[in-house]
Amino acid sequence: MNQTAPRYTGTAIALHWLLAALVITAFGLGLTMIEMPGITPTKLKMFNYHKWLGVTIFGLAVLRLLWRLFHPAPPPPPSMPLWQRRVASVTHWLLYALIFAIPLSGYFYSLAAGFPVVYLGLVPLPVLIEPDDQLKEVLKQTHFVLNTTLCTLVIIHVGAALKHHFINRDDVLKRMLPRFKSRN
Amino acid sequence: MRRTVGSWGALLAAGAIYAVTALAQAVDAAGSSVNAVFTQMGVPVTAKFKRFDAEVNFDPAAPAGAKAWFEVDVASFDLGDAQYNKEVLKPEWFNAAAYPKASFTSSAIEAPAPGKLVVAGTLTIKGKSQAVKVPVNYRDEGGRRVFEGELPIQRLYFAIGEGEWKDTDMVADKVVIKFKIATAAG
Repeated sequence: MNQTAPRYTGTAIALHWLLAALVITAFGLGLTMIEMPGITPTKLKMFNYHKWLGVTIFGLAVLRLLWRLFHPAPPPPPSMPLWQRRVASVTHWLLYALIFAIPLSGYFYSLAAGFPVVYLGLVPLPVLIEPDDQLKEVLKQTHFVLNTTLCTLVIIHVGAALKHHFINRDDVLKRMLPRFKSRN
Repeated sequence: MRRTVGSWGALLAAGAIYAVTALAQAVDAAGSSVNAVFTQMGVPVTAKFKRFDAEVNFDPAAPAGAKAWFEVDVASFDLGDAQYNKEVLKPEWFNAAAYPKASFTSSAIEAPAPGKLVVAGTLTIKGKSQAVKVPVNYRDEGGRRVFEGELPIQRLYFAIGEGEWKDTDMVADKVVIKFKIATAAG
């Protein structure tokens, strides 16, 4: 509709959706693998894929944050009340914080459990802490609580985007969609 | 099964004979360790045998006459996670119910240089034996004598990881046994 409304940059859009897909995959994989009984090759593969996804997410999160610092988000629509702007801003920055904190808590959890992370089975990543049973439990809980928080925030985030699109009928969702969709 | 029990009996008897006939140095369990490092999808994982027994009869003046024996309790293998520890006792791995011990008995020891030994002997895991040679370094520290060495083995030779666990892309064939045995410096 409004072709001139400010949009996110192509890079920001690509990073947003790529990260969304990777986070959802890693989240689903994480929930599935912890439910699998015993130890099987499939389960071990899933643990490794989950860790590789986490490392990828962390790397992309760094790129995304750097990009964001030099390319500010388009301003919210003028009709948006101040409290909503504030809630949106807090939600966005918490989501940013979590895409760093969750991979890090998982990484240190793995190290505390005595399993160093070897990215893609090829690149050994630094072993920064020694195995530690007590820390392992703390990090396991931390990883879980941070993920529960992420899940809640994503529901709010998606709910708010859909509300903007279908109820407020503004450009908030469209400016984060790839071009070909915004022409519909 | 019976043969296995018989051979274990012989081994235990051999151990007992060492203990009685040779002036074996007492092994300091707290200063000793037997670990295995295996590689799971490229990830090195260190696990330790928490219970083991060793006999070392070593005279620094005549190192070539030394004898060594050690035995680990496979049920004490600790990967740092209860679920993993339970898994490795299964028939596909150690089959701990049928083969509760793994052992090494030296047959000949060379002393190529001071502080260095090459120990030849028989390694037995899961009822399968293999002749091995392992370089060992020793040194005296704090009133103890410490023997240290690393022995790379191929897990599939000993049928450690059967069935779907044979896949070496999942768990590499090469496993490194790292040991440190401390005795009274006698």
